[in-house]
Amino acid sequence: MSVLVYTESEEGVFKKTAFEAVSYAKGLADSLNTTVTAVTINSKDVAQLGKYGANKVIDIQNDALQKFRADAYAEAITEAAKKEGAKVVVLTSTTNSKYVAPLLAVDLDAGFVSNVVDLPTSTKPFVVKSSVFSNKAFAETEIKTDVKLIAVAKNAYQVKEVDGSAEVESLDVSLANIKDVEVADIEKSTDKVTIADAEIVVSGGRGLKGPENWHLIEDLAEVLGAATACSKPVSDMGWRPHEEHVGQTGKPVASNLYIAIGISGAIQHLAGVSASKVKVVINNDPEAPFFKAADYGIVGDAFEIVPELIEKLKAFKAENA
Amino acid sequence: MKILVCISHVPDTTSRINFSDNNTKFDTSGVQFVINPNDEFCLTRAMWFKEKQGATVHVINVGGPETEPTLRKALAIGADEAIRINTEATDGYSVAKQIAAVAKEGGYDLIIGGRESIDYNGGMVPGMLAKMLNYGFINTCIGLEIDGNTATATREIDGGTETIKTELPLVVGGQKGIVEESDLRIPNMRGIMQARKKPLSVKDPIDANSATQTTKFEEPAPKGDVKLVNTVDELIDLLHNDAKVI
Repeated sequence: MSVLVYTESEEGVFKKTAFEAVSYAKGLADSLNTTVTAVTINSKDVAQLGKYGANKVIDIQNDALQKFRADAYAEAITEAAKKEGAKVVVLTSTTNSKYVAPLLAVDLDAGFVSNVVDLPTSTKPFVVKSSVFSNKAFAETEIKTDVKLIAVAKNAYQVKEVDGSAEVESLDVSLANIKDVEVADIEKSTDKVTIADAEIVVSGGRGLKGPENWHLIEDLAEVLGAATACSKPVSDMGWRPHEEHVGQTGKPVASNLYIAIGISGAIQHLAGVSASKVKVVINNDPEAPFFKAADYGIVGDAFEIVPELIEKLKAFKAENA
Repeated sequence: MKILVCISHVPDTTSRINFSDNNTKFDTSGVQFVINPNDEFCLTRAMWFKEKQGATVHVINVGGPETEPTLRKALAIGADEAIRINTEATDGYSVAKQIAAVAKEGGYDLIIGGRESIDYNGGMVPGMLAKMLNYGFINTCIGLEIDGNTATATREIDGGTETIKTELPLVVGGQKGIVEESDLRIPNMRGIMQARKKPLSVKDPIDANSATQTTKFEEPAPKGDVKLVNTVDELIDLLHNDAKVI
């Protein structure tokens, strides 16, 4: 009857969103008066999940699951959920978890709500709040099935350490029904922070005038340990690759700090980045709509402000290191 | 090859979102509806398979008669036939059940739709369909080639891409990249005229309960005023001491 939470790792190391999900599951389990079981696949140091509120960890180690495979992962998580008799299953909103979620929902015959931003507003009936219309609104949705599946939005629930420890139990999974799929190639930049994982995102728009000026964005991102991103026109014109396009039809951003440089702030862009906690705008047009959606702004020429910002941040980082 | 493209009828990306009936209903007044952008990228890729590889392309939607102009637009872009399942789309699970029932009869080799719709952002219909039909499933797909019975798909992963080889039948959740923005087609007059004559069949829904029910909407809290600063030093100070994000 426990709350089951799937904790995702990459090359064995838990992602921060995994700890957010365990903290969320703990908050949920407290209101349901039950315990938290975490399930994890090929992760290292799994007992640490106890620090965030897991009472038990189901530790799946399986060579067939070395590479992520949605159907196989869904089958493994389903097996853990059934074994635990879990009534609520909690996932994160990473690309891979969102891939697994709908498969899991059918396996468990569970109503599914994604992009959940807070603990349930009610547990009887079970009602959760999620972001909809690409962050332009929130919805309260009742999950009517016996088993409930929710995916917690990134950066929506704070990681909370608790005084506790988890017992670890290993589980062998059978993986009887998986399809034949060959992962032919994986290309991944390992030296760059991804938009999905980044605490800070630095983003550039048409105001930067051309791809040759992108060193400003890259240098600023480097000082801050940030990911780089861009507006839709910039990606459509081929100045920057698609994977950097953030906004309603691109990637969503839910970072702690989002710095928009030379981006006017079309409604689609603002929707895509609105889940970021603090937004800074640098733009020479004081009428740019982004100023209405930002927390801090500087009206001025990016080509003067950004180099100065880079230099002063370097000095600031050196002082505060 | 028979392809089924799932089409969501959604508010245009520029729409301001308002609610009526004490915040329980999405207010559609003054809203322009379009093919969900992620679905349109997929439809455009399906057109490529039709033109280069002789595929047949059907489009499907779950919704009332008000969604038909969106299906007609898909026909004008070039789909051969449209199917509308005549019931309100209440949640992703029930929509997937409705489409699965039709797809089972249709014998499709490829079922393709956006990785998520831009209205409810559930991101669940393609995956659920795959599971219900026992098809393979590729999500966040940004490149798709089909050769005989073999599909080679590139999908976006956090921080990179992954290329997968698998067999048909397959369900694909696609997004921008499966075709480029510049590949999208605006229907021409000939396409619009032809679309009027193409079959649009209306099917009765099966009995499928929804698993979730949205009871209330809320607009985001109004944003406080922006704090304009004049110097970079002031900005750094505020981000460090006030917002505590650096």
